[in-house]
Amino acid sequence: MTAETHSYDVVVVGAGGAGLRAAIEAHEQGARVAIVCKSLLGKAHTVMAEGGMAAAMANVWPEDNWRVHFRDTMRGGKMLNQWRMAQIHAQEAPDRVWELEEWGAVFDRTPDGKILQRDFGGHRYARLAHVGDRTGLELIRTLQNRVVAKKLDVYMECTVQRLLTAPDPATGGERIAGVFAYWRETGTFVRFDAPSVVLATGGIGKSWQVTSNSWEYTGDGQALALRAGAALMDMEFVQFHPTGMVWPPSVRGILVTEGVRGDGGILRNTEGRRFMFDYIPEVFAADTADTEEEADRWYTDKKTARRPPELLPRDEVARAINSEVKAGRGTPHGGVFLDIASRRDPEYIRRRLPSMYHQFKELADVDITKEPMEVGPTCHYVMGGIKVDPESQATTLPGLFAAGECAAGLHGSNRLGGNSLSDLVVFGRRAGAGAAAHAAALTGADRPVPDEAQIAETSTQALAPFERAVAGGDTENPYTLQSDLQAVMQSLVGIIRTEHELTQALKEIVQLRQRAERVAVEGHRQYNPGWHLALDLRSMLLVAECVATAALARKESRGGHTRDDFPGTDPVFARLNHVLRLRDGTLDLVAEPLPTMPAELAELFDAPAATPAPPAAAAAPAALPATATATTSGTATTSAPGSGSDVPPQPADAGPAQSPPETPPVAGTNNERNA
Amino acid sequence: MGYDLAMRVWRGDADGGELRDFTVEVEEGMVVLDAVHRLQATQAGDLAVRWNCKAGKCGSCSAEVNGKPRLMCMTRLNLFDPGETVTITPLRTFPVVRDLVTAVAFNYEKAEEVPTFAPGRPTGDDGHHRMQQVDVDRVQEFRKCIECFMCQNVCHVIRDHEDKKKVFAGPRLMIRYAELEMHPLDTNDRRDLLRGEAGVGYCNITKCCTDVCPEHIKITDNGIIPLKERVADASFDPIAAIGRRLRRRSPGEDG
Repeated sequence: MTAETHSYDVVVVGAGGAGLRAAIEAHEQGARVAIVCKSLLGKAHTVMAEGGMAAAMANVWPEDNWRVHFRDTMRGGKMLNQWRMAQIHAQEAPDRVWELEEWGAVFDRTPDGKILQRDFGGHRYARLAHVGDRTGLELIRTLQNRVVAKKLDVYMECTVQRLLTAPDPATGGERIAGVFAYWRETGTFVRFDAPSVVLATGGIGKSWQVTSNSWEYTGDGQALALRAGAALMDMEFVQFHPTGMVWPPSVRGILVTEGVRGDGGILRNTEGRRFMFDYIPEVFAADTADTEEEADRWYTDKKTARRPPELLPRDEVARAINSEVKAGRGTPHGGVFLDIASRRDPEYIRRRLPSMYHQFKELADVDITKEPMEVGPTCHYVMGGIKVDPESQATTLPGLFAAGECAAGLHGSNRLGGNSLSDLVVFGRRAGAGAAAHAAALTGADRPVPDEAQIAETSTQALAPFERAVAGGDTENPYTLQSDLQAVMQSLVGIIRTEHELTQALKEIVQLRQRAERVAVEGHRQYNPGWHLALDLRSMLLVAECVATAALARKESRGGHTRDDFPGTDPVFARLNHVLRLRDGTLDLVAEPLPTMPAELAELFDAPAATPAPPAAAAAPAALPATATATTSGTATTSAPGSGSDVPPQPADAGPAQSPPETPPVAGTNNERNA
Repeated sequence: MGYDLAMRVWRGDADGGELRDFTVEVEEGMVVLDAVHRLQATQAGDLAVRWNCKAGKCGSCSAEVNGKPRLMCMTRLNLFDPGETVTITPLRTFPVVRDLVTAVAFNYEKAEEVPTFAPGRPTGDDGHHRMQQVDVDRVQEFRKCIECFMCQNVCHVIRDHEDKKKVFAGPRLMIRYAELEMHPLDTNDRRDLLRGEAGVGYCNITKCCTDVCPEHIKITDNGIIPLKERVADASFDPIAAIGRRLRRRSPGEDG
């Protein structure tokens, strides 16, 4: 059987922010580029991002710079981040935001006409460039228009089934030779020959019952990479966003932006208590207000008040809500109250949070300008993913690159809100450049040729569910299997984990995988969602196993991984990333040491020299009124720089290694203004 | 709490099809898309439907529900009487692929014809642009568009006249033109194109598009009518026409 065949220099899999940015860059570098995506162009999960994109542009707070952003990111990730990725991200994010403006993005403005930046959890300064609460839509539409303007080839509703590989004369191992996919509309197969492939397929949340993720988030990129021989890293770290809708049941999990809290919303339990004050961890205590009076004052007086505890990093807030509900102080629908109605006037709420207003009004009959929202944690983001080189986003498989949520490293054990959209464009661009360079180095006969046997094997495998339906007998419904997998992951690999439950989860996943061997689908190949799900299930099951395996191995609690049986951080695990590979069909986990941070970055975490910024009082803008264009902005702490109480250092166990740096000195910013 | 919902769903492909009756058990708070998903999971595993975010943000799950275009994910079942049959059919303006899925390539092809954003030089002393919020409010309204294509679906110019798809880009694309034309930084002039290939004159302002927009964009009042005015100014204002002719000549003189 000969499938429809195309030939390119670079094939980008996924058309969210990272994929589109990678494709644009590869094109700019002179490569012939194809974008292959599972849905229509412009519908990728990036459209669901709400709050904004973090970039130290210092438009609202002149004190902000990349070092502060770097430090916030590392601390938010509990120091497990790849420091070099966090550095590149913080240095390059501002240029990527300005570039979007150059391409037509229309961000909200400051009174002096610059890009407005909003407060978000874990960010020291108001740093998120945004458009109301629909920033992701703005990002994807801007990149989409750019792709259209550049006349790039986009293969929509085309789902990749396998990465094709060929022997690599340079290493003796395998290297990328292309991808094999199927067209949804016709059900026919299509093959793309290319020496470079960029995976930008997003996350894995659809394996949980309560998730903010769309049906697309089935871990395709992670599974494709693993099966092709690349490595995954940090898969135990799954972010549960603290505020998802909890009612009605059919909308459970839909995201409620952190912007609600950034713009003044607070959390209360059914006793009326503003409970986040009870959950301020030691490491953030000096940064965080300890009375309601101080927290409320912060919105108008950032000079003497500290941040409200509602704006702690997401892992902290999600765990707190979970604890409140478990202690019986949750709402009847199993959430807590998020209240902005009693704190901001209706006009302000509608202006700042139009989608949230609309979403609650339409889906829950709740007017958020009049009553509180009911919210609870929802599976939102995976920090782990495909292991990549920080500079080029190259994976461990030659020719394969990865960017965005499907790649690992930037966020460590917990991602700060706003760091995802900037991640997409910063590392999407680098992946595109890396992929183009790799392809340019391979010409003519040097180019790999896909293996026909791989194609034949994948076709047979993909069509098996139809064969089984014809054969009859003991078959499985893909929808039932997906639902059962979601139940396993929700109950056994959720926010709070234990060894017993994780072991049980792995057993159940094995059984589900056996059942998946019997999946049968009715109908024919044309636009068949049951068939599509049957194919997606292979990725979902493999990735679920990765999460449970890595979670079982990490015997500590850190960021998006909380073990009831190991509630504290552990100094040994503080220096280890878990790396997963597939060997002969079996997952192989290796703990690899974290790279050592150079001294000039490590000292940012020392106290008191760590003080990253001059006093907020020095140049703080006048407290901005809560009007249409001015957000409650910026942050400050009561402590003066150098007082030592500014921001506490990480506990010794989680701190960066203090040994002399083996890495080159800090360099590489192309954002000189912030350097 | 649950009840049995009578549903009638169009099933078929480009060669034809028919409405089929189903009874689906549903619960309080559900939306139409939930009922369709339950139908898929329990009775019709191969029922084709396009959807993504299920939160009203991506614009994928547009269909005609009891004859009215709606995002299925944002249409609560309590909108209908408990005994009422909910009928779901694909968007009529576009060719059917299968069941509720239509081929929307028309919209992407028309988008390729739009001359892109072309900003002027930055005016800020830091090398970046400056724009006032008040000047971008209108553009931001247009950029809320989630490309659900329901405005395209109800636009009677292209809904009922297949041949007009060649000469009129439809409301979605008008909003795209408007967004660029009203962008404070843009320097391209798309008025000739609007008058010609995009066919702004074909809109006769029935405002059906505005009525169905899930983002409540005032497509006609804020987008299309101002575009018509700009085109009219450019094409039929004699003084402006002379000025334009003079301007056009200058690039030619430069060679």
